Amino acid sequence: MTQEPRLVEVRKNILKQNDVVARELRSEFRRSNVFVVSLVSSPGSGKTAFLEKILTLLRPRYRVAALVGDLATENDALRLARSGAPVKQITTGTLCHLEAAMVRNALQTWDLAQLDFLFIENVGNLVCPSSYDLGENLRLVLTSVTEGEDKPLKYPTIFHSADVALLTKMDLSQAVEFDEPTALANIQAVRPGMQVLRVSAKTGLGMKEFIDFLGSRRAGPREMHVSL
Amino acid sequence: MAVSRIQHHGSDELKNSMHELSIAMSLVDLARQEAERVRGRVIALHIKVGPLSGVFKDALLSCYEMASHDTSLQGSQLMIEDVPIVIYCPQCRAERTVGSVQRFCCSVCSAPASQILRGKELELVSLELES
Repeated sequence: MTQEPRLVEVRKNILKQNDVVARELRSEFRRSNVFVVSLVSSPGSGKTAFLEKILTLLRPRYRVAALVGDLATENDALRLARSGAPVKQITTGTLCHLEAAMVRNALQTWDLAQLDFLFIENVGNLVCPSSYDLGENLRLVLTSVTEGEDKPLKYPTIFHSADVALLTKMDLSQAVEFDEPTALANIQAVRPGMQVLRVSAKTGLGMKEFIDFLGSRRAGPREMHVSL
Repeated sequence: MAVSRIQHHGSDELKNSMHELSIAMSLVDLARQEAERVRGRVIALHIKVGPLSGVFKDALLSCYEMASHDTSLQGSQLMIEDVPIVIYCPQCRAERTVGSVQRFCCSVCSAPASQILRGKELELVSLELES
């Protein structure tokens, strides 16, 4: 006679491995006193242009560096390196997102204590990065005016995994008839209370505000981003 | 030309389901470790997937078949339990569900919800083992 199957309780996070590494990274970032900001968005939302501008603006006052994830090519790393900041490209091959272990590997040869800010540009993708904690202090989700107003409604999860939203390419707003009130309402509909900053890497709009914001977050109590 | 277009779609689909594939691989690793610990052959896995976990159920199911192939978990059944998003509503001063992911507010009083209590789960709850 066959016996009944037995049930064993586990209750563990499936991405436990990633969370363990992310936790280790987070304590290392804290020990080294480096503030880590990650950027997520769909491809072509202006992550690299925005980051190049930010690195350039921060460089005189702060020690900054960047990691950039892409499926292929080192084009983004080359663009970011124009700022003069140390940059490392993570090529993920077929993987559509960065994982904490990739960040850890990429950071091996850098002395984090020599940095004030580290930026991590994720692979352009509004779905997959939302499941992976990278140990960052702050996660930005970027959405450009050229993408229309309904990205938040289509990809609510990524807006939940991020701390702050940036509306990018604001200089093109009129040309593409961007309906800003609707876009803002959509962000608030999926994530009530989410802070939104308007920026243009091209004209410099909102850059000072963003840098002030970054400074206040770095100085203030570090709110940890935890994605379960 | 037709062939290359099909390939293009194929690789796009693979790319889009890749994160479910890495999640399925993590699940297989975790379940194998647990099964080894309690010394049993797994017939089914019970997992919880929250709407805010960033995981699509159907993609995970097909990726699980791929990830468990040729492992001790091959042929085991993946049972996915949907869990609701639960928030704390400061108006009602109670735990509530939300209207929808697109309308993130209390399903009772419609107050905007910012305190998420549940809905991000991606959890291996239990294993059914052969005796």
